[in-house]
Amino acid sequence: MRNRFMNRNSFKRALGIMVVATPLHTPDLWAQMDHGAGNHQAMQMQGGSAPDDARDPHAYSDGYSLTESPYTQPGLRQLKLADEYAFWAIIADRFEYHEGTDSGVFDLQGWYGTTYNRVVVKTEGEISDERLEESQTDLLWSRALDAYFDTQLGIRLDQYEEGRNRQWLAIGVQGLAPYWFELDVTAYLGESGRTALAIEAEYELLLTQKLILQPRAELNLYGKDDPDNGLGSGLSDLTIGLRLRYEFNRQFAPYVGVHWSDTYGDTADYRRTGGLDISDTQFVVGLRFWF
Amino acid sequence: MNKLPLTALSRRRFVQGLAAGGVLTALPGLGFARSPQGSSRLGSPQVLSGREIDLVVAETPVNFTGVTRMATTINGSIPAPTLRLREGDEVTIRVTNRLSVDTSIHWHGIILPYQMDGVPGLSFKGIAPGETFTYQFKLQQSGTYWYHSHSGFQEMSGMYGALIIEPRNGERIKADREHIVQLSDWTDDDPMRAFSKLKIQSDIYNFNQPTFFDFTHDVSKMGFQAALEKRQMWNEMRMSPTDLNDLSAATLTFLMNGTTPAGNWNGIFKRGERIRLRFINAASNSYYDVRIPGLKLSVVQADGQDVKPISVDEFRFGPGETYDVVVEPEADAYTIFAQSMDRSGYARGTLSVQPGATAAVPAVDPVEWLTMGDMMGDMSHGSMDRGAMGDGGMDHSGMDHSQHGAMPMDHSKHDKQHDVRNPLAIPSKTVNHASTEYGPSVDMRVDMPRTNLDDPGIGLRNNGRRVLTFTDLKSVDGVLDDHRPPTREIELHLTGNMERYSWSFDGLEFGKSTPVSLRHGERVRIILQNDTMMTHPMHLHGMWSDLETDQGELLVRRHTITVQPAQRISFLTTPHDLGRWAWHCHLLFHMDAGMFREVVVS
Repeated sequence: MRNRFMNRNSFKRALGIMVVATPLHTPDLWAQMDHGAGNHQAMQMQGGSAPDDARDPHAYSDGYSLTESPYTQPGLRQLKLADEYAFWAIIADRFEYHEGTDSGVFDLQGWYGTTYNRVVVKTEGEISDERLEESQTDLLWSRALDAYFDTQLGIRLDQYEEGRNRQWLAIGVQGLAPYWFELDVTAYLGESGRTALAIEAEYELLLTQKLILQPRAELNLYGKDDPDNGLGSGLSDLTIGLRLRYEFNRQFAPYVGVHWSDTYGDTADYRRTGGLDISDTQFVVGLRFWF
Repeated sequence: MNKLPLTALSRRRFVQGLAAGGVLTALPGLGFARSPQGSSRLGSPQVLSGREIDLVVAETPVNFTGVTRMATTINGSIPAPTLRLREGDEVTIRVTNRLSVDTSIHWHGIILPYQMDGVPGLSFKGIAPGETFTYQFKLQQSGTYWYHSHSGFQEMSGMYGALIIEPRNGERIKADREHIVQLSDWTDDDPMRAFSKLKIQSDIYNFNQPTFFDFTHDVSKMGFQAALEKRQMWNEMRMSPTDLNDLSAATLTFLMNGTTPAGNWNGIFKRGERIRLRFINAASNSYYDVRIPGLKLSVVQADGQDVKPISVDEFRFGPGETYDVVVEPEADAYTIFAQSMDRSGYARGTLSVQPGATAAVPAVDPVEWLTMGDMMGDMSHGSMDRGAMGDGGMDHSGMDHSQHGAMPMDHSKHDKQHDVRNPLAIPSKTVNHASTEYGPSVDMRVDMPRTNLDDPGIGLRNNGRRVLTFTDLKSVDGVLDDHRPPTREIELHLTGNMERYSWSFDGLEFGKSTPVSLRHGERVRIILQNDTMMTHPMHLHGMWSDLETDQGELLVRRHTITVQPAQRISFLTTPHDLGRWAWHCHLLFHMDAGMFREVVVS
């Protein structure tokens, strides 16, 4: 249930080769457009850093600015466009019912801010018997790193109905990798030297313009055993989901899917000791929406 | 769309619009009813002429799709009243604001003092609610122009009208009759909400995206490897080959003279007449491909400036551009067909002898993927391995110089490269990316831009029709006014990030930019290179843009110049009027996202 994939500002998708091992952050990866053998035409169409002789974008200003030039009037309201406005979104990537455990799972995210700087809240949790069994909430400052990736810095709060609540510092990157993989990788630092790493990936395969198959994968690693919460060090769990949704419109899409998770190492041992299954397959129905 | 799914029926109505859609007028005790019975008022805004004109901006209820929405209108109509003025006249136009927010009117393409240009925050402070602003300027030109709000998204919600200036010394273009054909687009959504949706999901309105079954179809047609290769570059770069318009018929209703396709705007003619059609693209966000099946279009004017007549079947134009064409119909009815560039829909009307007649309406053309040339520019030099990119990806038809019978660029013939007297005789071809193009605001840069002007653009290449291109346009006068060669070059790149939905010059959105400073009276060359995969209509206020070829030959005088993906164009300008001017992409959402620069002439 620790799927917390947030769709950033896009659900862009296209048909790609299903290569799961896509490099995480690749500003320079596509620098070489050499598609044919023996072709060494170097072109860097994306990313990279400016060469020393790059053009100065202010070279034509003669020192003038938007507020100071021969014809600006004092007190005149400066023209402001949407690049200086803040926007917001609330996105429910998963809002679903798990048939096998008779529980509800939510995975919501909201953001507020400008194009390059945003406050992001990601929250997900599981509700059963009308109780919030457990939840994770990340509160992050998200800042654009390059055209497709953001860095994220903040805190994470874990809440357990049975167990011990945890607080973490969070640092991660999130964005769109080549071949349209949405990636979210976050490292966490908790009390008494606890560490964790969460990696999530998602892809959107358009069967038609409105029928969309969404595979997603998530894995969690921990630096230390956390017996209170049944989490072991090392690779703790892997979750793979496959959801098929129909977008009545882009903002409203019911879905059905299957959700498979497996636990490893000490996490699996804790679950065995507690009489719980170490792996789990669930059929899910849910609703994806945003506004 | 804030609505739940539209049924098939209502969907059709949404796209086609209501036959009698348009401005509603208040009837005492009856609430709102559609304005004067039938379609007599539709598409025929009042005509105002003379030297003194009063305009009132107010909210007016409209219904184009079956739901009532509030529009911002000028004198209560969409389009706004047609202003028919006379060259040489000093006009006084009083604009009264009855909105609850500021408004403004910009006279698109008109040469005037900057304080009269109507850009809030640059030329004046805007027109506050309840206030009347008096515009006063002398008309120094003639031709087909238009006017619109330059505040917020008011233009998108109805504030646009035709501005016709009659030449003082009589018309050079002979016609028995004329019609204004003003194309626009309407959304029931609040424009700011539509914009914010694009900030959240930039492909929300694109329903032509590549799908899995497109892939399997390609696999069976061209083989697995080729099908993969066709997609490779797009997928590697995270770019969509069908990203042509940000807004589509998913939210837009396309209008001709304020009339929906179902409403079928009707222009009347008599047999044997020569008819002048003044096409104005007053859309907020839509490029239109215009044709009249069965008729040749003789293009006689572009952006208000006469050109040597050129006969074509079709032309593409973006928001802000105008083309005047002369047609000589022989049959009784013709469809004026204006499909949107992304092929999601069309505006349509009928030219006929009998009122209410119709002619066959063509189907919209199939959706084409952008080509490698649209992404990477000039593929003809360099050592690109064409074969490796797959058939579909290498659709290089746009580079077919001979397609339209236009003269292929004979570089040896016109090459002024060795003109030792003036190194600026031809525009420089060396690409200089700005240092600010390497950050989060820019999702691609083009290192080998294409400079040819004979490409009609994506979706129009090799379509069997003679499509207008820039090389067809030769100003009759205007560009000859100033023979001086440029004394310097200014290079700016059009940039953007589709994922983040941000648009800019040189990677700097307006708020981060500094003005481009021009000196009064100088002759300066401006190079615009499009480092995006979208087509941008670039509008420079207050001075002409004299488009030239890549060999430095002046072609045509424009106020709005379309720059295709991966294209590098250049134009000369002479700033005659001091002050602060706007320069921006006329796709309203691109402008508002930051593809906007201030120009200071001092």
